[in-house]
Amino acid sequence: MSIEICNVTKHYGSFQALTDINLTIPKGELVALLGPSGSGKTTLLRIIAGLESIEEGGILFDGKDLSEVHVNQRDVGFVFQHYALFKHMTVFDNIAFGLNIRKKRLRPSKKEIEQKVNELLDLVKLSGFAHRYPTQLSGGQRQRVALARALAVEPKILLLDEPFGALDAKVRKELRRWLRKLHNEIHVTSVFVTHDQEEALDVADRIVIMNKGKIEQLGTPSEVYDKPASPFVYDFLGNVNLFHGRLHKGKLDLGSATFDAPDHLHANDKEAIGYVRPHHLTIEREKQSEEAIAAKISFMHSIGPTWHIEMKREDSEAYVEVELSKEDYAQLQLKVGEVVYVSPKEVKVFIPEDFVI
Amino acid sequence: MTVDVSKYGENRMQYVTHKKKQVNWTKRILVTVMLLYLSLFLLVPLVFIFTKAFEQGAAVYFAAITERDALSAVKLTLLVAIITVPLNTIFGVAAAWCITKFQFRGKQLLLSLIELPFAVSPVIAGLVFVLFFSPRGVLGPLLTDWGIKVIFSVPGIIIATMFVTLPFVARELIPVMQAQGSAEEEAAISLGANGWQMFFRVTLPTIKWGLLYGMILCNARAIGEFGAVSVVSGRIRGMTNTMPLHVEILYNEYQFSAAFAFASLMSLLAFLTLIVKSWIEWRTEKEQQV
Repeated sequence: MSIEICNVTKHYGSFQALTDINLTIPKGELVALLGPSGSGKTTLLRIIAGLESIEEGGILFDGKDLSEVHVNQRDVGFVFQHYALFKHMTVFDNIAFGLNIRKKRLRPSKKEIEQKVNELLDLVKLSGFAHRYPTQLSGGQRQRVALARALAVEPKILLLDEPFGALDAKVRKELRRWLRKLHNEIHVTSVFVTHDQEEALDVADRIVIMNKGKIEQLGTPSEVYDKPASPFVYDFLGNVNLFHGRLHKGKLDLGSATFDAPDHLHANDKEAIGYVRPHHLTIEREKQSEEAIAAKISFMHSIGPTWHIEMKREDSEAYVEVELSKEDYAQLQLKVGEVVYVSPKEVKVFIPEDFVI
Repeated sequence: MTVDVSKYGENRMQYVTHKKKQVNWTKRILVTVMLLYLSLFLLVPLVFIFTKAFEQGAAVYFAAITERDALSAVKLTLLVAIITVPLNTIFGVAAAWCITKFQFRGKQLLLSLIELPFAVSPVIAGLVFVLFFSPRGVLGPLLTDWGIKVIFSVPGIIIATMFVTLPFVARELIPVMQAQGSAEEEAAISLGANGWQMFFRVTLPTIKWGLLYGMILCNARAIGEFGAVSVVSGRIRGMTNTMPLHVEILYNEYQFSAAFAFASLMSLLAFLTLIVKSWIEWRTEKEQQV
């Protein structure tokens, strides 16, 4: 089932949670709503589920307006961040809940329910846990039960609110891969909320990046990562170095160096910022091009397979961070206090919008 | 990398034993004070009630509690409890529900209003009802026209008791339901449950012990309430006398043994309540541990 969100706006008192959101989610896709806390991503998910009301706009499932349809009639499966399992019921009863409460004529027979629950337990790899209580399970197991419970009613849409947020890093990674695989098998239109860029990039077919109640960018993981549409997206999807300068006819002039900015050939003497990811910077001992900037190394440390070099620019005292692979680091033999030249392999230049009129 | 753990551990042990000693002293003093206090104000009077009750022998004791007026007082008290507790339970659940699950203006005011019966002296509460329902009061003339008598009869006693016991269930439930949050209920609804299914299958099982606890406190107070009831009842023997009122009347008539016999009966009821209450606490604790 496809989801269309048209001109949705939502306030909490004086706080504007969502402003004029328009979004279409095609059938069968796995879409991530990604953003910092307070960006409105969870609110949007709860609006799709019908757990929050909307003030303006509409929600359409397969072209049918659902604004007035109650949650329990929407055919959505909702998975909560903290699982929200029924603590007084066994795993079996939790999963069977949605089927057991159906009106008698719609309810499957006891045998069918049992079969369905066992199938789902197999699917989430928890067969044998049917008679445990939620408190006897680990976080990852609980979340899988919650997922099975949501899938039991065969929802047309699956909504997941930070599903792996409360789990530790390793389990989180395992579980999100598993979710991806599961989605490839059952192909139910799914939307999940996350604040973890890596998770969104790893799992989703498409990513919706949200900030301050608005959509910043919508695209495939590689689109949003390689071609960020706004400074916010650039910043949010990873570490970034900022180079302030003046933009003139496709060149960003930083004073001691000049970057190419082919996107802005017609810009005329404007203030602009060049965005460069730490792993897109190279370090050399000699100034070999227009683009190289002198900087003094102030701190070096390794995180896993990469080395992080922190340095201070000689011209502006601004910090620059460079990421090097272990091999490059070993070859360069850098020392703290040394002055080197950094130059970008890739720059994205944004002109700050003129907010003051 | 190795750390010299042995030294660290040694220091730590010293620290722990030192602390333990200190705790022990405070603990001992506090426990002694508490026990003395409890025996002086609770245990001694309780023992006194039972010795006084049996002072003139078991025959007098059983005569006192099986006498006609006494039985009528027991019946009335039970009737009041049977009506009051369920009504206040429904009210308490509804109040706790709307306070914990909804955001609205005047929530704080509603909370204070629910607690009002704790703040107002029961005698004042009784007087308010007398002014309100007596033949010369606000609603009284109308009720007299319809032939309904509230003051100095059973309905007045029930109303006064309901007022006094109103906060118990709500007060027990509000913290429990606040801690619970509404995610489980939202989960139930998203799975297709309607409001009743959600309440009976998800909400009620999670709040049941808190609810029962509140009901027991409510029941204990409904049985024991004296002030408000004594103002509205008129104390007509065999008709509008509840158990506490009956004790007072006996006492005022110098029938000490009978008064204490009846008081011992009420104490037994209190004991029973206490046992059930501890059992519930034990159950809740056990359930939380699982």
